[in-house]
Amino acid sequence: MTRKEIIGLILVPVAFIILAFLPSLPNSANLLSLAIPIAMFTVLATSWAIFSGPTHYISLATAAFYGVGAYTMATWLDVLPYPVILLIAAVIGAVFAAVVGFATLRLSGVYFVIFTLGLAEMTRQVFVWYQNNFGGTRGHYVFTDITEAQIYWQLLALGLLVYLVGWWIGRSRLGFAIRIIGADELVARHSGIHTARSKVLLFMVSGAFAAVVGVVMAPRFVYIEPAMAFNPQLSFLVAIMALLGGIHRLWGPLMGAIPFALVWEFIASNFPAQTILLMGIAFLVVVYYIPNGVAGVVEGWYHKLKAAGGEKHG
Amino acid sequence: MQILITGIFLGGVYAIIAVGLSLQYGVARIMNLAVGEMLVAGAFAAFWVYTAQSLNPYWSLLFVVPGAFIVNWLIYRFLLQPLVRRAKTRGQLEVDSILVTFGLSFTLVGIFLIVFGGQFFNYSFMSRPVELFGSRYGQNRVLAFCIAVVICGLLWYWLNYTRSGLSLRAVSVDPKAASLVAIDVNKVSAFAFALGGAIAATGGVLLSTFLTFDASVGVVFTMKALIIVIMGGVGDIRGAIVAALVLGLTETIVARLIDPGLTLASAYFLFLLILLFRPQGLFGRRTT
Repeated sequence: MTRKEIIGLILVPVAFIILAFLPSLPNSANLLSLAIPIAMFTVLATSWAIFSGPTHYISLATAAFYGVGAYTMATWLDVLPYPVILLIAAVIGAVFAAVVGFATLRLSGVYFVIFTLGLAEMTRQVFVWYQNNFGGTRGHYVFTDITEAQIYWQLLALGLLVYLVGWWIGRSRLGFAIRIIGADELVARHSGIHTARSKVLLFMVSGAFAAVVGVVMAPRFVYIEPAMAFNPQLSFLVAIMALLGGIHRLWGPLMGAIPFALVWEFIASNFPAQTILLMGIAFLVVVYYIPNGVAGVVEGWYHKLKAAGGEKHG
Repeated sequence: MQILITGIFLGGVYAIIAVGLSLQYGVARIMNLAVGEMLVAGAFAAFWVYTAQSLNPYWSLLFVVPGAFIVNWLIYRFLLQPLVRRAKTRGQLEVDSILVTFGLSFTLVGIFLIVFGGQFFNYSFMSRPVELFGSRYGQNRVLAFCIAVVICGLLWYWLNYTRSGLSLRAVSVDPKAASLVAIDVNKVSAFAFALGGAIAATGGVLLSTFLTFDASVGVVFTMKALIIVIMGGVGDIRGAIVAALVLGLTETIVARLIDPGLTLASAYFLFLLILLFRPQGLFGRRTT
């Protein structure tokens, strides 16, 4: 461990502890209604980037995992204790990701994008069909005594977990393997890396996180129905936030999630018809003007500053 | 029998969209995820011609085809070619072009929403039934199918039996080698992309005569076209046509016999089978 990493390991939890006091501020209800989406998107975008960053596979499956999580919550809410549901959702998310991954990740990126593009919609169709024929009702009520503040804390905890997992993967053999795969898959295969397995494992991590977020967010909806739980827009939002922030750094997606979530909330409440246009323009801007994301821009400044400072001293 | 024919009619129209995408992906190497929006644009044009001008919607082809051709040529020239030049690897180009065409797709949907609003559109054109093999089918579907067949046939003939078609196929096989035999790869790619877009918009005109559509329906067709292109093998027109018919049939069978809500799921099931067993496409050869 380098000194930088130790400092990070201390500073990041401290930052999270400070953030955890947000609900105790006066007038916190308004703040929370902004902080919860930001925290949610940060978790989703960071876990998305853990997989998509090094591998360059654009996953649009987030909404599918999220919806599965929300339905796990709705189905077993009255039967099982809450922590068990979280665990089950994580397992289901990971297994689902494994199945999708094994079918598509052996092939080139285009196949994967296309497959995940429709995954949420397909899962929704299957759910609706199943519920129409075997399950009785379409929607589910989720009545819990989980408060907004508790959801926020859970998301914060998940955020911390995502950072720890991402940091740990970055140091592990798996992280090293995945960086080689991202740089050149052929080289990776020739140096004895089991490429498909590494990619699937990483995809499972991001799938499990998205499913757990689905469980955590479910009580906010109160009433869950397929069109809402499996909204494909979520996948795109997560992808654009992560890309906007920069996917080559663990802290990059955070830089994208905060501004984009704020702008999104503003547009969605003031000009609801124009949200799609905003998303489209955001995609174009990111590709043409900030291909390395905000993180890349910040790093560029940092290096310039450092270079300028170095000249003064030397 | 009725299911079979309905399925084939549907497949014929899918084929034309997929052929458009296949040209764009096979020759210009751009996976155009905004192809569905070209289709919706065509559908809106036909709708406008029919309702506002009270003309036969097929008249809209007069300006839809050249219009879509020019728009797609501009898109390729100014949005995508810089990416082709910038990309260091094929993978980088893939990611960039996917993101850009997604952005394009959303931007277009946003514009459609502002111009036309979010409601559903349909109009009744030639909706009298016609009798075939003892069952009734809408005349509009039959006509759309016939036009699709003609267009696919012309395209197939052009690609396989003319010199300019040959240069297109050459670029699709290997752009570097094609430039060695004095083919202007950039020009051919731009042309293929523009032509693909024009064909997709034509598909939209055909679809609008018998299907209800709205501003955001494009992505559904993009997805189906993508599945067909991969099923048929990238850049393979013949494969795309066969795959489109297979998809049309499967969807119709599932919709009639199991549940109409499961059409996409059935398309996905086909897609999964292809990915697992023949990722190189129905007629493709395995690459080493």
